[in-house]
Amino acid sequence: MRKVLVSMLLVLAVSSCAFGAAFKLGGTAPLTGGAAIYGMAAMRGAQIAVDEINAMGGDVKFELRYEDDTHDAEKAVNAYNALKDWGMQLSLGSVTSKPCEATAAENFADRIFALTPSASSAAVTEGKDNVFQMCFVDPNQGTASAQYIGGKGFAKKVAVIWKNDDVYSKGIRDTFVETAPKFGLEVVSETTFADGNDNDFSVQLTEAQTNGAELVFLPMYYQPASLILAQAKAMDYAPKWFGVDGMDGILTMEGFDKSLAEGVMLLTPFNSDATDARTKNFVAEYQKRHGEIPNQFAADGYDCVYAYCQALTQAKATADMSAEELCAKMIEQFTTMTFNGVTGENVRWAANGEVTKDPKGMVIKDGAYVGLD
Amino acid sequence: MTMRRLINLKRVEARRIYLTYAVVIAAYVICQVMSSTKFLSSSMRGMLVPICAYMVMSVSLNLVVGISGELSLGHAGFMSVGAFSGVASAILMQGVITNAPVRLALAMIVAAVFAAFAGFVIGIPVLRLKGDYLAIVTLAFGEIIKSLLNNFYFGMDSQGLHFSMLTDTTRLLKGGRLIIRGPMGISGIQKIATFPAGFILLMIALMVVFNLVNSRSGRAFMAIRDDRIAAESIGLDITKYKMMAFVTSAALAGAAGALFAMNYSTIVANKFDFNTSILILVFVVLGGQGNMLGGIIAAAVLTILPEKLRQFSDYRMLLYAIILIVMMLATNNDEIKNFLNRINPFRRKEAE
Repeated sequence: MRKVLVSMLLVLAVSSCAFGAAFKLGGTAPLTGGAAIYGMAAMRGAQIAVDEINAMGGDVKFELRYEDDTHDAEKAVNAYNALKDWGMQLSLGSVTSKPCEATAAENFADRIFALTPSASSAAVTEGKDNVFQMCFVDPNQGTASAQYIGGKGFAKKVAVIWKNDDVYSKGIRDTFVETAPKFGLEVVSETTFADGNDNDFSVQLTEAQTNGAELVFLPMYYQPASLILAQAKAMDYAPKWFGVDGMDGILTMEGFDKSLAEGVMLLTPFNSDATDARTKNFVAEYQKRHGEIPNQFAADGYDCVYAYCQALTQAKATADMSAEELCAKMIEQFTTMTFNGVTGENVRWAANGEVTKDPKGMVIKDGAYVGLD
Repeated sequence: MTMRRLINLKRVEARRIYLTYAVVIAAYVICQVMSSTKFLSSSMRGMLVPICAYMVMSVSLNLVVGISGELSLGHAGFMSVGAFSGVASAILMQGVITNAPVRLALAMIVAAVFAAFAGFVIGIPVLRLKGDYLAIVTLAFGEIIKSLLNNFYFGMDSQGLHFSMLTDTTRLLKGGRLIIRGPMGISGIQKIATFPAGFILLMIALMVVFNLVNSRSGRAFMAIRDDRIAAESIGLDITKYKMMAFVTSAALAGAAGALFAMNYSTIVANKFDFNTSILILVFVVLGGQGNMLGGIIAAAVLTILPEKLRQFSDYRMLLYAIILIVMMLATNNDEIKNFLNRINPFRRKEAE
């Protein structure tokens, strides 16, 4: 017991030394509840980046703190205020969309710069000059999916199953359905589900099947998607499956039979099988610490910290600057710089905070993600 | 009117009412002073408005559960009707009324009217039921309201207002604004809710409820709660009185919902789900059914507690649950109650 205490004290002492003059970086994320897998991943990814940057011993050092928002806007604002009391200088926004819309408004009012790893709705950045995104905005995911499916000729007849009480799902579905005809796709069946009736998908699947859909597009998070895959298998319906970044995480879900996801395609900016040194190093470190392959959220969190590091270095910012001073410098940097990270090369930001980078198609093969291209 | 009624009341009852007002006013003054002297952390300052909204919810549900004796499990539904109608009307009024407090007040009135109407419509079938059945049906209505709002689209352009259900078929002209966007709720809300507004709303809610409870109708509520058959036998119109309590409660919940929603830049119908209804019921049960001050304190404690437990990170939820259980047991323990009565100067006289 004493040994443990002594070592804990040592760790505390060491860490407080290392963080002598560090930028206080804060973010809110669902660390508990249904969306926890995203929050945990983003937080772990960011932590790895922070540790790596601090270990390099450059001018820029970070101290990272994440607070739980349980995927709820009210709790997210509370968490944001708790971070503000802690002295947060730079913000990682929130991990999920609706909470981030609420905290982004606070970021804007308080002039604390925010770079969200994965909050993808358009309203997050709308009308705010100091809120930026690391991930694609939802509408772009819908367009990119339609383009990808049509362009690669995966199918002509497509069914869409979406969650009609979810911002994320609706945002993607809207632009997908709108742009599908442009890429030679015909949406033959469109069915919905909502919170509370997301356990039985036989109706939706039967409709897709009777209308002869060759591919089913699933703009949703992985939990309902896992049930859809299982139930489709039970009724011997085997279309092609196509998901978006919310599908990422399905392989690490507890109790999920990985064979069900065999052949599922998804569009995500991060490919854990990529062979560049940066990705390899990140995946190895994540695996060592947490025993699983990082998903796109982890990669987004990781990239956010490195993007901050680059911007702060270029702006010659120091940790004693106030949040407001840093905010002005960061806006200047992010709108002009080009960033290379694990979620894409030549990543650039528009003045409205949206990101431009190339999406990568992935397919699940033998229980792992493999690049499609 | 109010004064005479209060004088005629039993002294104990009057003292309890004054104590409630005094505690609320004192708490407000302390918070305002601490807030203006920067003594209050941002975390606490950010919670002031939601706490006010939850306190009003607690008072309003107490009227139904504590005074009128009906177990309602769908109270968050009225809060959401109020939130959406209030925010939508505030957005519509943005161009016309530039004074924010006035707009907030009008929005809360609109919210109260809409929620009262929802309460009336739901009350017609629901209040014919008793006990468990009523609880289940109110639960169902709460979920129905959530589903409806999740599929409701509402926008405005130069041609006027447009509504649609299920999918967005409003086809707004250029320059129009889609205000309620189904599952995406409302985004870009101007944050005009303030702590003084919350305080005023709470005081109004308390005045309404106390006056109602200590009136002829209030006594009828309690008579029906304590013995329905006896009340019916002396000619009380059961449905009328139950409806009166239910609609008043819904209206207050609607105003609280508008206040709550206008403290955030975004609001979704899923926020007001079954869990929120239960949370409000917990305020009432923990504070004591029929005890307004208890419910108000419970609302404050249970909103602040999870934030104060943040430092325990992973054990937060566990601690919260344990504290909740301990509080429930403690407030229901006769020995502890007797002990509290002994040290409480107000209660002591009552016992003598």
